[in-house]
Amino acid sequence: MSNIIIYTIVSLCAIGIVSAVVLYLVARQFRVDEDPRIDQVEALLPGANCGGCGKPGCRGLAEAIVRANSLEGLSCPVGGETTMPAIAAVLGLEAGTRVPRVAVVRCGGDRERRSRVNHYDGYPSCAVEHALYRGESACPFGCLGLGDCARACTFDAIRVEEATGLPVVREEACVACNACAKACPRGIIELRDKGVKARRVFVSCVNRDRGVLARGACGAACIGCGKCAKDCSFEAIVVEDNLAYIDFRKCRLCRKCVSSCPTGAIREVNFPSRKVELSKVGIEN
Amino acid sequence: MLKTFTLGGIHPPDEKLSSGSAIVPLPLPEQVKIPLSQHIGVPALPLVKKGDRVKVGQLVGEAAGFISANVHSSVSGVVVNVEAVVDTSGYARPAVVIRVEGDEWDKSIGRQETPDRYLSAFSREEILTAVQAAGIVGMGGATFPTRVKLSPPAGSHPELLIINGVECEPFLTADHRLMIEKSRELLIGTRFLMKALGVEQAVIGIENNKPDAIAKTWEAVTKHTLGIKVCPLKVKYPQGGEKQLIQAITGRRVPSGALPISVGVVVHNVGTVYAVYEAITMHKPLIERVVTVTGKSLARPGNYLCRVGTPVACLIDAAGGLPGDTGKVISGGPMMGKALASTDVVVTKGTSGVLVIPENEARRKTARDCIRCAKCVRVCPMGLEPYLLMTLGEYQQVEKLERARVMDCIECGSCNFTCPAHRPLLDMIRLDKSRVGQVIKSRK
Amino acid sequence: MNKFIVSPSPHVHGGDSIERNMYGVLVALLPALLCSILFFGWGALYVTIAAVASTMFFEYIIQKYLLKQPVTIEDGSAIITGVLLAFNLPSTIPLWLVVLGALVAIGIGKMSFGGIGNNIFNPALVGRVFLLISFPVQMTTWPVPNGFETTDAVTAPTPLLLVKQALRTQKPFAEVFSPGEGGHSLLELGTGSGVGGSLGEISAFALLLGFAYLLLKRVITWHVPVSIFLTIALFSGILHWINPAYAGPLFHLLSGGVMLGAIFMATDYVTSPMSRRGMWIYGAGIGTLTIVIRNFGAYPEGVSFAILIMNAFTPLINRYCKPKRFA
Repeated sequence: MSNIIIYTIVSLCAIGIVSAVVLYLVARQFRVDEDPRIDQVEALLPGANCGGCGKPGCRGLAEAIVRANSLEGLSCPVGGETTMPAIAAVLGLEAGTRVPRVAVVRCGGDRERRSRVNHYDGYPSCAVEHALYRGESACPFGCLGLGDCARACTFDAIRVEEATGLPVVREEACVACNACAKACPRGIIELRDKGVKARRVFVSCVNRDRGVLARGACGAACIGCGKCAKDCSFEAIVVEDNLAYIDFRKCRLCRKCVSSCPTGAIREVNFPSRKVELSKVGIEN
Repeated sequence: MLKTFTLGGIHPPDEKLSSGSAIVPLPLPEQVKIPLSQHIGVPALPLVKKGDRVKVGQLVGEAAGFISANVHSSVSGVVVNVEAVVDTSGYARPAVVIRVEGDEWDKSIGRQETPDRYLSAFSREEILTAVQAAGIVGMGGATFPTRVKLSPPAGSHPELLIINGVECEPFLTADHRLMIEKSRELLIGTRFLMKALGVEQAVIGIENNKPDAIAKTWEAVTKHTLGIKVCPLKVKYPQGGEKQLIQAITGRRVPSGALPISVGVVVHNVGTVYAVYEAITMHKPLIERVVTVTGKSLARPGNYLCRVGTPVACLIDAAGGLPGDTGKVISGGPMMGKALASTDVVVTKGTSGVLVIPENEARRKTARDCIRCAKCVRVCPMGLEPYLLMTLGEYQQVEKLERARVMDCIECGSCNFTCPAHRPLLDMIRLDKSRVGQVIKSRK
Repeated sequence: MNKFIVSPSPHVHGGDSIERNMYGVLVALLPALLCSILFFGWGALYVTIAAVASTMFFEYIIQKYLLKQPVTIEDGSAIITGVLLAFNLPSTIPLWLVVLGALVAIGIGKMSFGGIGNNIFNPALVGRVFLLISFPVQMTTWPVPNGFETTDAVTAPTPLLLVKQALRTQKPFAEVFSPGEGGHSLLELGTGSGVGGSLGEISAFALLLGFAYLLLKRVITWHVPVSIFLTIALFSGILHWINPAYAGPLFHLLSGGVMLGAIFMATDYVTSPMSRRGMWIYGAGIGTLTIVIRNFGAYPEGVSFAILIMNAFTPLINRYCKPKRFA
């Protein structure tokens, strides 16, 4: 009996030693020399491997930063205010200041304002539906509501609302990683500067059809009438291809355009509620 | 033992409801919308503007590049507008809208075969010019400009012309009727194409579920000429696929990513051949085609000779009107056709049929988890693994998709048709293809 | 105007469904069930009912309360697991063991991987092997098959036990297995009449009838079973030819769980390869392992282990054995 125990212990030890030697040799043979700074940078990153930066995981970003030896265009959207400066300090670089941004959904065609004229019955993905035809409504630019953006989001910051059929961004969770914007086959989602006190004014429509067509397809469409551009005192609004666009760098949040838009396509968010016209513009929160 | 392709394939129910109905001309509609992009490639440039008067056969859109095609007015009347109109692509694209007035044909078009000229006297250049001028495109559905297909790239040697009379899509009978009613004309057209390509041999492939078409063509072939053979084929979908048909008839396999010409073969659809015949002998551009209007719920399924630009609604009216329980209207056949969002969509050069499906058969069943039964792998005519392509697509593994040969997929839909879990395999694979295609393009 | 339905093509479906395939398998198992009731009496039916009821029960409970997903017991896959589990048990096994086996089969073999379509191993075999290893005595107490006549349970030697006996004594197998010596004729082996064993596996002919039905209904293809049969015949034939103490091909094909395993368990959709070439390799692996275990292993029967081992190789086979491409 004791023999068996001894044999067991001896043979296990022998296997262990042989394996250790083999592993050691293999590790030496196939050793890859890496810049030690990659490890240092990786240690400073959150380690969530969310892919929000567009690189495959935190190590991917660390490698990219060290290889480029610059922080130009490379930053961790999740790490908060301290991460990038800390990395910059390690590498002896300068961390650019980052203006916080947020994803904005530029479609206001909810089920009420944009009636569904047919029924889609294919694979539940916006990309598939977009490749097939213009969608359940008559608007060939509008949101398809199947949630490719929500599936692309690692932070649960965007979700399609059942009632409206439109995605809604949870601003406190959004890290502006651009994943949803890339996933949207219609380019409806845009990253905009978060703005003072998160206040923003934007055109909630991307329809480039002529006004008649746009209006016919959706009650909340921008018809490209140009009223807002005329009213804007800061030249922040351009109308191109029957569609107005508000440059968030120039906009001073005066909200003149919001009240002048005849279709309610221009939206304001996070402003204290106005007593009048509340129902007309449909403010969120 | 009849010939057929070897790999995969399915046997959907035939449902050829209208195979006994002769082709009848459809009355002219009140208005036609003629899309300027009825072909693969660059859209034609409009030559008319609002208020212009046009005659039947007048050029209204000019080919705007090598891979492009002329577009002609199919009616006489007044141009109402040149505007974006929703077509079978599901999006609005430029089209010439014409209000029909009378039926005045352009003088250059003969209404009968040229009697004074021996048919073999046409030169190769004359044929090519006529095909180009008439705006002929592949009428089996792919709508590739025929002129381009007739000019093989330098260094290739066409040996064999295959005429595709397979019509393997269930329900459709347009080509079937054409082969019965116009067998002589088809042979003449085939001779023209042989001459244009410089080949000595042609084979007409017809599936065995059309014995009358085989008999008619056979009769015509034996009576006349001349290097043309008829090849009856065992019924199996998707035999009408170019690569499948070539393999069925010649045994040659077109390599992945290559064109049929790489194995010395050119394939044309019977509809195209008939258009070529008319273009050369009568100077008639491609302005009308045979469309099968069918569906189990329709009162009078039939085959209609209809002008390009006719709204689908007119065809359905001719077949007895749209049934109240209609769930889906499809342009084309049930396997590869496009579902329409409205019956305002018009007939184009590539529209082979209009199929009406009642509501209770139109909805897909809920997709379930894959049970890995391997039936999709077994039916795939290209030897792919649809289940894998779908999963890889869901994870957007573009490189792995490319290695799994996703670009070989011919979108025949056999996998969807077979899947016991009702998974929308092809929906995803199409998306995979476009994603992989973008990556391949960006590499160049 | 009605709202049209729009979807990508194709717009028709062949009408096949998960249910059609699963219930097809169940129909194909009926002849074998009838045979086992005929040979083993009502005990066989009780075991089968207990197994099916408990697999369905556990699947329902796990889907509804543990995973909180839609319940899919009506698709029939749990019923198949139950029947196959029962078919791999002796007819006199205590019913609580059947319930335990069903729990392991569904809970560990199937649901822990995510339910239908995701399991790596054949659930019924996971349950069976668990019972075999944990309760060897109950699992190898084979009753004498004498139909409905009530006799005390006497342990009958199964033919496969004689394989090892012949090898130990180095007598030609035909001698050890002659009908006079407690063996059986090939006809008896084929019909299962009077042969001891698990309740569903003994009648090779009834199982082959089921095979024909499955092929006719296109539920499975012939590749996996045939490659198993061929490999077993070839391998055991060579051994028998070298030394007659090894049993011959016909004996190996007709005895034990080869028929049940090859036709109904190795062909399980989820755990078998997707391509034809893969199926051949998989079947050959099962056949080889079966003969190796039967002749040289500690257990008299090796089909279950062979299938489970090859199940583990299936993902690898799928990765390297691609279907034949068009060109």
